[in-house]
Amino acid sequence: MLCEECGKNPATVHFKKVINGNVTEMHLCEECAKKKKEFDTSFSIHNFLTGLLDDIQEGPVKVDYIQATKCDKCGMTYGKFRQTGRFGCNHCYEAFKEKLTPLFKNIHGHEEHIGKVPKKAGGVIRIRKEIQKLKNQLNIAVKNEQFEKAAELRDRIKELEAEIEG
Amino acid sequence: MVKWLEGKGPESDIVVSSRIRLARNLEDINFPQMITKEAAESSTQRIKDAILSSNSVLTREFEFKRLREISELDRNVLVEKHLISHTLLERPQIGSFLLSKDEKVTIMINEEDHIRMQVLLPGLRLEEGWDLCSKIDDVLEERLKYAFDEKLGYLTSCPTNVGTGMRASVMVHLPALVLTGTINKVLQAVTQIGLTVRGLYGEGTNAMGNLFQISNQITLGESEEKIIEKLKNVVLQIINKERKAREKLLNSNKVQIEDKVYRSLGILKSARIISSKEAMKLLSNVKMGIDMGIIDEVDKEEINKLMITVQPANIQKRAMKELTQFERDIKRAELIREKL
Ligand SMILES: [Zn+2]
Ligand SMILES: [Zn+2]
Repeated sequence: MLCEECGKNPATVHFKKVINGNVTEMHLCEECAKKKKEFDTSFSIHNFLTGLLDDIQEGPVKVDYIQATKCDKCGMTYGKFRQTGRFGCNHCYEAFKEKLTPLFKNIHGHEEHIGKVPKKAGGVIRIRKEIQKLKNQLNIAVKNEQFEKAAELRDRIKELEAEIEG
Repeated sequence: MVKWLEGKGPESDIVVSSRIRLARNLEDINFPQMITKEAAESSTQRIKDAILSSNSVLTREFEFKRLREISELDRNVLVEKHLISHTLLERPQIGSFLLSKDEKVTIMINEEDHIRMQVLLPGLRLEEGWDLCSKIDDVLEERLKYAFDEKLGYLTSCPTNVGTGMRASVMVHLPALVLTGTINKVLQAVTQIGLTVRGLYGEGTNAMGNLFQISNQITLGESEEKIIEKLKNVVLQIINKERKAREKLLNSNKVQIEDKVYRSLGILKSARIISSKEAMKLLSNVKMGIDMGIIDEVDKEEINKLMITVQPANIQKRAMKELTQFERDIKRAELIREKL
């Protein structure tokens, strides 16, 4: 396959984005990919975020949102985030919240983290996630009529719930 | 030189290395893009201390280095050896890193995120890499408060890393798939299931030395174990395809393949001027020859190392001075002759 950008070199960098269910694929040669700058050390799609952000708005992005919305912790504006594809601090996630959920959905296909949780900071979070996991297992156990196992799981859930409240 | 390549890993006839990288940020300091000099110094000290003054056995392994105290040439040598990232070089005034003595672990400070830790191992060893990376993460987290959101997970500078903050990647050598022309089909299939492929050291046209890096694209909504499992499964399938292609080549074009391998070795052993591009191509052919059992007179580990040490900054480092391209091509030929 040849590079879609220059049409000369073989495409060695391939990626895909999904916008409103429409799949767009890009196949570039390393040179053209480099020029696009978003392929820095590993891969990333920073500069395509701008495109993504615009595509996933219901209508065109309101100019006043771009200019007026600003993170009050680090001073990052939504407009600058759109340009660079990078947040200025952890609070930016809160400041631009309403625009981010569809963005995450587009990049990752998901909205919620289910992986590792920090031990110290995430004490309660870990327990809550653990409870959620046990509840899922409980449902399966009940469905399979494994009542002994279900009772065990229910007790464990109660214990954990008490731990959070206590 | 290139310590992390020492020793053989599983599937090393095709997989050169496995890498796990985790992105983390401190809660109370702006991300590196918006950081002040003072805050950058504070994050540096805290991250450094979290490792060097922790009680973990790991910590005695690390050495701390500031980018601004390292020459530009040495910085590029580290990038070519995959020990630090190119992105870290963008902020030489605030960037620093901790490197383990065996060169398998790097903790970069003030890269795109406050913390970018990576574990780099030879062969296909993703689970082991994740295990080690997660342990280092635990050591850091004992003393640092991470930017973490209950719903979104680890908060990162770029939305493409949010969630696990994990990028797992595998570097594979796929000469037979390239030779038989099936590589694009394979790569396309890989990208369709949410993984990314890039050619390594690509300068324009092809992946140099037939090396490709395959990594996960999704970081949110899948657990680290799941991401690794998926990547590993795909890599195993690619390994299988590459082995079949090698077999096919041996069955149908044995003499041509032998000729290619021996000619490549001949040139490498006798050339007086060689570009990094040509060297990579020929080294790839020789590596394929070893992995296919055509030759056994050359040490494969040495070939793997040469694929890194023939890069421009490494050649200059060896000569201990800056060189013109022509001078580099001469030194490169010297190095290869010496090692083979
Ligand atoms: Zn191109
Ligand atoms: Zn902010």
